Amino acid sequence: MRHLGVLARIQLSDDEVTKLTGQLDAIVDNIAKVSEVATPDVVATSHPIAMHNVFREDVVGQTLTTAQALQNAPDADGDRFRVTAILGEEQ
Amino acid sequence: MSAVKLMDYDKALELFEPVLGFEVHVELNTETKMFSDAPNPANERNHDAEPNTLIAPVDLGLPGSLPVVNETAVRSSISLGLALGCSIAESCRFARKNYFYPDLGKNYQISQYDEPIAFEGSVEVELEDGTLVTIPIERAHMEEDAGKLTHLGGATGRIQGAEYSLVDYNRAGVPLVEIVTKPIFGAEHRAPEIAKAYVATIRDIVRGLGISEARLERGNLRCDANVSLRPRGQEKLGTRTETKNVNSMRSVERAVRYEIQRQAAILADGGSITQETRHWHEDTGTTSPGRPKSDADDYRYFPEPDLLPVQPARELVEALRAELPEQPVARRRRLKADWGFGDIEFQGVVNAGLLDEVEATIAAGTSPDAARKWWTGEISRIANAAERDAASLISPENVAALQKLVDAGTLTDKLARQVLEGVIAGEGAPQEVVDARGLAVVSDDGALIAAIDEALAAQPDVLAKIQDGKVQAAGAVIGAVMKAMKGQADAARVRELILERAAQ
Amino acid sequence: MSEIIRWTAAELGAKLAAGEVSSVEATQAHLDRIAAVDGDVHAFLHVNEHALDAAAEVDRRRAGGEQLGELAGVPLAIKDVLVTTDQPSTSGSRILEGYRSPFDATVVARARAAGLVGIGKTNMDEFAMGSSTEFSAYGATHNPWDLDRIPGGSGGGSAAAVAAFEAPIALGSDTGGSIRQPAHVTGTVGIKPTYGGVSRYGAIALASSLDQVGPVSRTVLDAGLLHDVIGGHDPKDSTSLPDAWPSFAAAAREGATGQVLKGLKVGVVKELPDSGFQAGVAASFHAALKLMEAQGAEIVEISAPHFEYGVAAYYLILPAEASSNLAKFDSVRFGLRVTPDGGGTVEDVMSLTREVGFGPEVKRRIILGTYALSAGYYDAYYGSAQKVRTLIQQDFDAAFAQVDVIATPSAPTTAFKLGEKIGDPLQMYLNDLTTIPANLAGVPGISIPSGLAEEDGLPVGIQFLAPAREDARLYRVGAALETLLVDAWGGPLLDRAPLLGGTR
Ligand SMILES: [Mg+2]
Ligand SMILES: [Zn+2]
Repeated sequence: MRHLGVLARIQLSDDEVTKLTGQLDAIVDNIAKVSEVATPDVVATSHPIAMHNVFREDVVGQTLTTAQALQNAPDADGDRFRVTAILGEEQ
Repeated sequence: MSAVKLMDYDKALELFEPVLGFEVHVELNTETKMFSDAPNPANERNHDAEPNTLIAPVDLGLPGSLPVVNETAVRSSISLGLALGCSIAESCRFARKNYFYPDLGKNYQISQYDEPIAFEGSVEVELEDGTLVTIPIERAHMEEDAGKLTHLGGATGRIQGAEYSLVDYNRAGVPLVEIVTKPIFGAEHRAPEIAKAYVATIRDIVRGLGISEARLERGNLRCDANVSLRPRGQEKLGTRTETKNVNSMRSVERAVRYEIQRQAAILADGGSITQETRHWHEDTGTTSPGRPKSDADDYRYFPEPDLLPVQPARELVEALRAELPEQPVARRRRLKADWGFGDIEFQGVVNAGLLDEVEATIAAGTSPDAARKWWTGEISRIANAAERDAASLISPENVAALQKLVDAGTLTDKLARQVLEGVIAGEGAPQEVVDARGLAVVSDDGALIAAIDEALAAQPDVLAKIQDGKVQAAGAVIGAVMKAMKGQADAARVRELILERAAQ
Repeated sequence: MSEIIRWTAAELGAKLAAGEVSSVEATQAHLDRIAAVDGDVHAFLHVNEHALDAAAEVDRRRAGGEQLGELAGVPLAIKDVLVTTDQPSTSGSRILEGYRSPFDATVVARARAAGLVGIGKTNMDEFAMGSSTEFSAYGATHNPWDLDRIPGGSGGGSAAAVAAFEAPIALGSDTGGSIRQPAHVTGTVGIKPTYGGVSRYGAIALASSLDQVGPVSRTVLDAGLLHDVIGGHDPKDSTSLPDAWPSFAAAAREGATGQVLKGLKVGVVKELPDSGFQAGVAASFHAALKLMEAQGAEIVEISAPHFEYGVAAYYLILPAEASSNLAKFDSVRFGLRVTPDGGGTVEDVMSLTREVGFGPEVKRRIILGTYALSAGYYDAYYGSAQKVRTLIQQDFDAAFAQVDVIATPSAPTTAFKLGEKIGDPLQMYLNDLTTIPANLAGVPGISIPSGLAEEDGLPVGIQFLAPAREDARLYRVGAALETLLVDAWGGPLLDRAPLLGGTR
């Protein structure tokens, strides 16, 4: 569960870890249910309406201004977004 | 950090067999990005854009934004797949590769996973001595690039020790084709050389196709080199490392050599190799462990639900196949034969990276020998002295124009070198430099004869010798005439005229 | 209270066109209503401070003689899942508090271009995860029929706004029933169009392969009018269908004549027995079918054996896609940032921000989805669930070979009490039992009021499903039944809703 929290980048509290561990069973139950009919001969449907080759012409459109790009940024420095150190002290 | 032990290279090869693998990322030079209509910074005209100016909503992963596939990028990918001898998938799809990193706007990269657009090919590479090596290709797939991080506040500008980082998303969404080789066996002591030649070949292929600017120093082509060693006689492959950030041909060669020596030292000491990505440092010529990824092998791939399958029509594939330029190796064979060069002359051109320039010069009407001599001779000399690229100094058309003036007798070789300097200095085309500097050979016999008569009159003893049949004495007169003409005379013509006048 | 707010969108549009009322007056009337009752209902997260300006602009255009659409000048409530340039967009989440989109969702842009006046953003379960609107980070919405009860979800805000006469029409989004189930519990009309019939561009994604934007209204005709404005191909959404669509308003008007019921074959699903529904829900459903039968419709029992696997498949696909779609909320480019005491790495900041910024249901689904996609589970989990979609599509294909539409109750129960199921996610998930199959298969569905449940006097909805691309059929059938029911009731069902804020 902690590993899932790391993968999903959510710092789970102990309480949440306990609760969620129980709820993983729900997923397992769903799997058991789905497995009853999801046999190898059934093809998977990833898009409800089948289409293919949906492309865009290689033509430049309207871009965001730098101000628009940065307008919601929690932190910025000049024309770039700013984040805190990527590596911790120990590296 | 303790000092890294390296084993002597020959010793390493004695004990271990190197197995190579490469992942080369090619940035396509389309007008727009892979999944957005923002201008593509990997296209020549946008490469020096200010940070965060080539941005559409999906490049930032803005809420509500959606990707749409660039048709030209798909066509370029198919062409590249074909040039690598690959099969083109009847149907392929995009997948999400999920991992968190601040340069990734959506925190997933749209890539291809189990269904790449091109698979199972091979490419021939030629080493400096003309040896051919076949590199097996596993797949080539389409994906998008990430943004650019700049690490600040630390001493070195590296990620280690930085206090904070700044993010520019211009590069986010640049169309990439990732070419993945199968394991390459049998490289032996030539492993570093093969690595370099492979990257050079990929560069030549994408340049020939015109689908990438292919400039390594700009990151248009990026090579990740996988190296593993196995003890002689062992079947099982050793643990590999993946060295990233190798951004020049020379570095590819050095990085592979370094990893062989580093791994050999560890293994010989009874240690084991950690499977990891390592970073190449151009300045120190070493590798170090790369970004740590706790979730390295759990990308939670699944089919990208915002995009639909790509099913290249067979007619399109065949049309693109028909348009393919010649393979680099085949082209080199043809040119060598056409030009009538020996091995040494031809390799000289190839190794100098001047094949395109020589070919274009010949196409503009110059003889193969003259074209070769200009480029590998005087132009390369000037380029080396100026630490510049020979091809950036002068156009093939101007080299051809220069040689035409020599062939017509307008310029002597010596004058031609002066004109070349003028052209390189930006004084214009060869004829313009000739006119501006007044460098043309004096071809007016009247002026020459006047100067000859004057010189002969001044040296009656020499005239007598010539008239006596001692023709070599004419040299002294030639010197005087050339001096009088300020060097702008054709020495052979002067000699002819001296003999004529002396005989009268 | 102004009578303006009681008018349907079609009526209001006609009076605006005739110059009997101005858009400013109509907009002001709805703003007054919001001021009067939204303190109790809490349908809105944001009321548009520019609404009167937009209304005045439409009035100006009309005065200038411009030919405007049928809904020009009509106020529109917008579910907060849709991004808007003139109002904040939060998707009901703390993590997006105050977020300003630099672009409008396509449906919003189209509504704006058609002269609709965005009156405010409506409440929803955070990121559309929920069936009660109790999971909004900004507090629950209350059902106008009983303020102690849920308005459905995730689009409880849009349904409640329409039911409380705070807006004549609204936009919603439906991933597993989020338009239809709120319609059911609030006595309103809601349509989930065919997947790809309405653009998803600018809809903050929950599960990309299931999400669909659609109209919310008090009458079938109003829904058709709005659907005509927002629907049709959008090149910004790759999954958008390129089809030419008929007018859905015309289909509703045609349906209202009742002719469509003669000979109409209505399928009733054998595997959804009455025992699965609250008695009053089942009774209302059968009464509606009886009414249709009396007009010449034929009720046919059909089998859909895989519907029962829908909920399980849905709760594998949805969390998987959602876990990836919600990865972009990482505190780097937009949204909340929470930094640990004493700083920390980017990873620490992201993890704490997401812990604090997401509510419990969102975290639950992200973790479940991360698990379902993590190494080795993809095929068994997501892949198997995608197979169920195929089976459900086959069920639909077989059914639609026999019948024109399928009818079900829209949800198992009438509105439950706020807080009643919030601690029991599995119980909550079963709310979507009858609506989920349409999302999995991509077919369109409509919910219209069928009456009140005898035991609690709360609204009940009947759902019709049609083959993919046959949305018009739903408008015809829905309008036909609506006409019969309203005649039988002697007026719209909402006339029987209790007083709000001391006024009706
Ligand atoms: Mg790679
Ligand atoms: Zn890659």
